[in-house]
Amino acid sequence: MNKQDLLMVGVGGQGIILASDILGEVALSAGYDVKKTDTLGMAQRGGSVLSHVRIASQVCSPLIKEGEVDMLVAFEKLEAARWDYFLRPGGLAIVNNHAMPPLSVSLGTARYPTDEEVGNILRRQTNRICFTNGTGKAAELGDVRTLNMFMLGCISPFLAIDVELWKDCISQRMPSRILQINIAAFDLGRKETSNVNFG
Amino acid sequence: MKKLLSGNEALALGAYHAGVAVAAAYPGTPSTEILETIAQYDDVYAEWSTNEKVAMEVGLGAAYAGVRALVSLKQVGLNVASDPFVAAATTGIDGGMVVICAGDPGIHSSQNEQDNRHYAKLAKVPMLEPADSQEAYDLMAVAYDMSEEFDTPVLVYTTTRISHSKSLVEVNRDRATPSTQLGFKHDVQKYVMLPVHARIRHPMIEERLVKVAAYAETFPHNRVMWGERSLGVVTSGVAYQYAREVFAKASFLKLGMTYPLPRNLLREFADKVDRLMVVEELDPFLQENIQAMGIKAIGKEFIPRVGELNLRIVEEAARRAGFLGKPSQSQEIDLPEGLPRRPPLLCPGCPHTGLFFVLNTMGQRSKLLDSSGKAQGESKLVITGDIGCYTLATYPPLSAMDTTACMGASIGQALGMEKAGVGTKVVAVIGDSTFLHSGITGVVDGVYNNGQITIVILDNGTTAMTGHQDHPGTGISAQGKKTRAVELERLVQGIGVGDVKVVDAFDMKALRAAVRSSLDNPELSVIVVRGGCAVRLPARSEPRAVDVDKCDDCGICLRLGCPAIQKLDGQVYIDAALCVGDACTICEQLCPKKAIGSLPAVAKESK
Repeated sequence: MNKQDLLMVGVGGQGIILASDILGEVALSAGYDVKKTDTLGMAQRGGSVLSHVRIASQVCSPLIKEGEVDMLVAFEKLEAARWDYFLRPGGLAIVNNHAMPPLSVSLGTARYPTDEEVGNILRRQTNRICFTNGTGKAAELGDVRTLNMFMLGCISPFLAIDVELWKDCISQRMPSRILQINIAAFDLGRKETSNVNFG
Repeated sequence: MKKLLSGNEALALGAYHAGVAVAAAYPGTPSTEILETIAQYDDVYAEWSTNEKVAMEVGLGAAYAGVRALVSLKQVGLNVASDPFVAAATTGIDGGMVVICAGDPGIHSSQNEQDNRHYAKLAKVPMLEPADSQEAYDLMAVAYDMSEEFDTPVLVYTTTRISHSKSLVEVNRDRATPSTQLGFKHDVQKYVMLPVHARIRHPMIEERLVKVAAYAETFPHNRVMWGERSLGVVTSGVAYQYAREVFAKASFLKLGMTYPLPRNLLREFADKVDRLMVVEELDPFLQENIQAMGIKAIGKEFIPRVGELNLRIVEEAARRAGFLGKPSQSQEIDLPEGLPRRPPLLCPGCPHTGLFFVLNTMGQRSKLLDSSGKAQGESKLVITGDIGCYTLATYPPLSAMDTTACMGASIGQALGMEKAGVGTKVVAVIGDSTFLHSGITGVVDGVYNNGQITIVILDNGTTAMTGHQDHPGTGISAQGKKTRAVELERLVQGIGVGDVKVVDAFDMKALRAAVRSSLDNPELSVIVVRGGCAVRLPARSEPRAVDVDKCDDCGICLRLGCPAIQKLDGQVYIDAALCVGDACTICEQLCPKKAIGSLPAVAKESK
């Protein structure tokens, strides 16, 4: 694997920081240099969250440059559109097809973009877009909070790292009582993108 | 073995391995995790101090007693602690003392942007700057040795992007045995700063600085890396990481010690390159100090002195300075336009929401601000605010905060406004941890000077915004031990406040009555609004739901600004995954149509 710059985006409370932590541990155990950094607002919940993960033989800057992200992993649709400009031309976008309207939308002072608008924004950079119903699949498993492990599963086929390393790192970070359902979510996500065809 | 550690974790581990015995801090982003990490070790005494000034004094006392001490704080925390910090620099120490100061370029979570490297120069103490987690770990050992060798506190300066980035660390040391020569050595000339003694100390400090500057010349973490000689880059901290990528072929002088600077090393480096560029965040601290040596250096002519740097900003600066060509077309992409912003909000079930809704409606503030934050009308209340999650009540729809300056400022500001004669009642709003940090003296001032303001203390039983640290009001120490809790209502009564009320944060009627009665009281009054932080609820109960048959779309519930209450395609609904249920219910109390109830009840009724 050459360098991989991943940007994970979503809404505070979706478990993005834990997911990117685990991704960093996976890259480390596979023998890569890795840096990861989060940018989030001042609140505990509800704001935009970004997590930069850089994997290579040697990494300098912890922040990825705009236009150079290899993989945009969006836990929410609006956030996918918002941070799309970080993606490199021809990069990969994995988008959880789920809307969380910001307060301004609920109050009627702003409009949530349509699926077509989100798609149009993403297609400026790439045709390699994978929409997935992660929130629905996580809910079917019995806990919507497993979305973050589902999204890690979606990433995993695109990184040449042994699947057992992923599971080891998840096991180390998850309490045993919720490990099984989180591994199941990871497997489901991995299956989701394993045979994806971008036409 | 290599570990993936954040800068803060690495700093704490480095301090622990350097044999730190006492650590003190007050929480503040991005410094908080330093003390949280070191508090996990049983063989260290670690405390959350009341504020940064006390933390600095605790650290200094421990260092006087001969042990290695650690003080960690954020950039504005050093403003609070600047008095004992300069005192520490004046007296010197016995055991090593390191002050880690975490700056916040870009203002991710602060009230201002300031470059704390100036404090090293002001206090005349050595300053080290790590550029990644490995250096954070390594430099802590060096910092303690320097502190003891030169009899000075050492400032370790980090920033958000170092403190909150994870990178690999080779952990190659074990814990050094803490000093066995315990005990305070009486020395009034060194430790009692009467003018006659302080006058003796000052020339000693100047001599110390000369010695440290000589040491800086051979300091192993000031590294020269030769590349092409057409450009020499002088840099430190995270700026080094950006510069390394942008100026891939240049020669580098990477400074691990940024005060005092190695004059000879800099001059030698400058002589061997055609042009010298300083890459640094915020102020031209290095650049001006280098220029003062008579060395020609560019930097801030091209690199902004405002905000956090990143690869794009450094690259654009390199282009303007003529070191890089034009970008290729494919790299240019416009920001998507017209997307709704997603600012941080008070959480679902937040105990602050109800009080701010009351202040909003009583102050008739719902249309006070337009979308740009400009006043569109007059409020019946002036609300001075403070620092914590509750500062988010500034945003619409709550729009219930008029000022936020620094920790504890709300009370003094309210008194000043009242004494200046503003026509309306002034309400100061402050959180429990912030009140204990620096609000108490404001109340003393109000009682002493016959203040007529109303002070609301939002008591959620934790320091929430920085990630739920304990404080003197919780009665639990930083290391999880039970201690004595300071009771807020007894504290303000003891100061002499006559009108003190305690109200349930989730009882809308009681909140309204308490605020009304305090506003009517011409004397100084205190309302303690008590309710636990929603993020720490032990268990959630049935979420609330909207009965669509009863809802007439009046929109009152939306004016709480609760993230769980959402509206999409014309219908209000409550996100069951976000609502905390029985612990809150303020939307249910407000709904004039009684259209909100627990999810099973609503589901049953609408069948």
